[in-house]
Amino acid sequence: MRLGTRKLLDKAFSGLGLMAIALMAMALVLILTPIIWRGSKAYLFKGTIEHRRVMLEQFGRGDAKAFNRETRQAAEARAPVYRMLEEFEAEMKAMDRTVRRNYKDAYGEVEEALHVLLGPRPGKRTPVLLRQQYGQTRWDRTMVKLHEVLYATEWDYSTPGAMGVQIEKPRVDQFRGTRLEPLFDYLPAHIDEMMRPRTTFYWRFITDTSKDSHIFGGIWPEVLGTIYLTLGAMLFAVPMGVIAAVYLCEYAKEGRIISFLRICISTLAGVPSIVFGLFGLAFFLNTIHVSDSKSVLAGSLTLSLLVLPTIIRSSEEAILAVPRSYKEAAFGLGAGRWRTVLTVILPAALPGILTGIVISMGRAAGETAPIIFTAAVSVGMPLKLWETMNQPTPALPWNIYNLCTEHEAVDEIRHVQYGMVLTLVALVLLLNLAAITMRARIAKKLRG
Amino acid sequence: MNDDITLRRFDQFAEHNDSAQEAETHIEAREFSLFYGNFEAVRKVSLQVPKRMVTAMIGPSGCGKSTLLRSINRMNDLIPSTHASGQMIFDGHNIYGRNIDVVTLRSRVGMVFQKPNVFPKSIFDNVAYGPRLQGVKNRQQLGEIVETSLRQAAIWDEVKDRLNTNALGMSGGQQQRLCIARALAIKPEILLMDEPTSALDPKATAKIEDLIGELREAYTIIIVTHNMQQAARVSDLTAFMYEGVLVEFGNTKQLFTNPDNPQTENYITGRFG
Ligand SMILES: Nc1ncnc2c1ncn2[C@@H]1O[C@H](COP(=O)(O)OP(=O)(O)OP(=O)(O)O)[C@@H](O)[C@H]1O
Ligand SMILES: [Mg+2]
Repeated sequence: MRLGTRKLLDKAFSGLGLMAIALMAMALVLILTPIIWRGSKAYLFKGTIEHRRVMLEQFGRGDAKAFNRETRQAAEARAPVYRMLEEFEAEMKAMDRTVRRNYKDAYGEVEEALHVLLGPRPGKRTPVLLRQQYGQTRWDRTMVKLHEVLYATEWDYSTPGAMGVQIEKPRVDQFRGTRLEPLFDYLPAHIDEMMRPRTTFYWRFITDTSKDSHIFGGIWPEVLGTIYLTLGAMLFAVPMGVIAAVYLCEYAKEGRIISFLRICISTLAGVPSIVFGLFGLAFFLNTIHVSDSKSVLAGSLTLSLLVLPTIIRSSEEAILAVPRSYKEAAFGLGAGRWRTVLTVILPAALPGILTGIVISMGRAAGETAPIIFTAAVSVGMPLKLWETMNQPTPALPWNIYNLCTEHEAVDEIRHVQYGMVLTLVALVLLLNLAAITMRARIAKKLRG
Repeated sequence: MNDDITLRRFDQFAEHNDSAQEAETHIEAREFSLFYGNFEAVRKVSLQVPKRMVTAMIGPSGCGKSTLLRSINRMNDLIPSTHASGQMIFDGHNIYGRNIDVVTLRSRVGMVFQKPNVFPKSIFDNVAYGPRLQGVKNRQQLGEIVETSLRQAAIWDEVKDRLNTNALGMSGGQQQRLCIARALAIKPEILLMDEPTSALDPKATAKIEDLIGELREAYTIIIVTHNMQQAARVSDLTAFMYEGVLVEFGNTKQLFTNPDNPQTENYITGRFG
């Protein structure tokens, strides 16, 4: 009976454990699937001829001859559209003033929507804003914009007392009987030939700079900024953290001061990251002026403070886990404290220390709040190494936040936002993977 | 009464051991005590350990054998709140005196621990650890030291083909002999062994005992053991301790066959301990 109960309990526990793991795996899949699915569309999508135009004109990439041939074909397909516009404009001119007024606003909307869809009208002055110099670069956005050409949105207030409802009305109804009427049939029928969609693998998304604040191009400045900030933070935090851990474990005499220090470190680990950000601003920038304005340096320093407790704690644990006998052996052979730490304790503790570093790297790469005031800007060029000393940088976490809260045209470039998320997650995973394999290799070497 | 016993010196038993009579003293404890906090684990022990002989320390568990042994190279310093009184004379100096450099002391007094504690490094690096500390950098010179040490520890033939593999991959007995080789590589004068065979099987134990027999030619060896037969087999002299006090110290054969002290007799004959 007793044995039976025990076995039952055993089974129940292993069952619970399995369930917990399964739940975690499910949560992971649930989180990762949309990230990967949506993020991948920044890299792999149906690109239109406008995308290739941007590539050629802005990045000097692609085969100019083939592109010109393609442009000619597209222009042929677009020519009827512009002819219809001209004919309708002539028709409008001939109209009576009062009649003309009925069409003017509606026509202006159509013209504008067409500009957004296809790019500037041939023969017209080139717009100043880069984003207005090109039509839709992606097929999914093309379909959205085509819809906007074909339908006007209006507010319906017919139910008194209720909120207004947005309804869509075909624009063609506004131009019945005019020379513009056929446009609304021509566009959906020939959109393929006008835009020439083609499956595009834009891997350069990760290495291209952005044009016109992320409307076109890639995210290299953000990626590079994140790498700088993360490695910079590690550069400061790892030596400091490991030395502090060695001191706490090997040199410090247990006492009130040390217990107090330990409490401080634990508390530091729980401080919200925005507080670190403000501290970084107040201390590194305003008090000791590591740079004149926001800079990668100031951001790295702030991030290093943020991850320091994690590194100290995990290093301490790793050092304490080194068998006492190693230490005794080294001392017995005449090694001093310092030599023992360097030649025996740290090598044996390295896998554990690396684990802490891995966790901290992921944290540093993904933190937004600490860099808001100390390092991050929304638009910037990739920095040279020496420029990190005094220049701010875009960075993935901050720009993801910035894109979805402050960007004026975020709806147009959701794919960039998701692409950044995917890239950030991939970057962190990659860093972790590298560290984990390194850790495994060292652990294996230690085990023999 | 106890004090009276501890004051007995080795030379009082000299009549039982003719060769020891001429042997010069290598290390000497004078009224030496060691405290863990307020607890006196070793109580006013006085003894003279002769050069190039094997001295065994026996006694019931907790009687202070390890503590006394570890006092000889000041390994107790690692434990906070220990302090010593009396003197431990080595090479004319009290090693608990002011000007003693512990690192130098430990490079002259090697130690082998109860459990083999090889470093998680290659066999070569394990043995070369001590010499490297002493500043030997030349690869060839290191290689020579490693080889002689491993030969002395009677393990060279077993490991010569895998010097670069991790030492943790060896058997327990091999690891312990590697530890001995590692201790020998620093060219110590004295070798302290704290129950070096207690974690090993009989075969490995026999090998280590043979090894001790060979090493006595060149080193002063002090070995702590729980195994009475082992003490009888390998040692020239035996010290019996009880509750921190050195009860009897003398020629091994004499001590085992005809102990002076009834406590010793009781312990040896298995009536307590
Ligand atoms: N680190 C320590 N702190 C406090 N007391 C200790 C410490 N180490 C040993 N002691 C005490 O000192 C006494 C002697 O211990 P020691 O280890 O020298 O005995 P031992 O003769 O080697 O025993 P064993 O045969 O079990 O190894 C024991 O009473 C033990 O409890
Ligand atoms: Mg002991």
